[in-house]
Amino acid sequence: MTFNYVVDPEAPERAGRASTRFKGVLKELGVSPKVIRAISIAMYEGEINMVIHAKGGTIRCDVDPDKITVVMADVGPGIPDIEQAMKAGWSTASPEARELGFGAGMGLPNMKKWSDKLLVETELGVGTTLTMEFNLT
Amino acid sequence: MNVRDLLKLEDLKVAVEGDMDQEVTGGYMGDLLSVVMGNAEEGEAWITIQSHVNIIAVASLRGVPVIIIAHGFEPDEDTIETAKDEEITIMTTELPPFQIAKKLITEFGL
Repeated sequence: MTFNYVVDPEAPERAGRASTRFKGVLKELGVSPKVIRAISIAMYEGEINMVIHAKGGTIRCDVDPDKITVVMADVGPGIPDIEQAMKAGWSTASPEARELGFGAGMGLPNMKKWSDKLLVETELGVGTTLTMEFNLT
Repeated sequence: MNVRDLLKLEDLKVAVEGDMDQEVTGGYMGDLLSVVMGNAEEGEAWITIQSHVNIIAVASLRGVPVIIIAHGFEPDEDTIETAKDEEITIMTTELPPFQIAKKLITEFGL
């Protein structure tokens, strides 16, 4: 089963909508609360990143019997230094974003922590695609 | 105890009445959304000074039944509408976060 979502850069206040909707899907499918929590946190972080750092993007969620794969692709500046971006507390968020409580520098670290596998593909000036896997077994 | 029980504290005012029968099991305090997202537990009352609409997504995703906006901050119109949709209760207080947290602990043993 595949679920697709669009993250609208014009409506940053709506960031978190896709994660909320997919959480509802997972609940209906009877996925364990532990896995739902992990996916919710990781996907929310990705969604916020798409809004505060990029110009929105698309999310594709594949539900298989043994795992759930979430692919988040944005059109954005790309990540110049992945190693640095993976460090907890490191952030390039704007002062405006920080005032709203974003930019804690926990985005990618949280995605790595809560997913079973994280793949970051990024190209400067083109965009970033994150692929996260969550094991169901 | 449930969300409605919190109203025994006169310092708390209801801005949005969500599902007030939901159980409250503890509390969490924080203004950085990622930190709250990664650490708040389901059923916890969340004390914050953030009042914009993204707090509803965090509460909804984490299973937080009630957001307490402290220090006299008021929720945005968008926040109120979205909270209604998600059935999340919002309360406000003039007290600073630490003071309202202290009251929740001493009054309810959270």
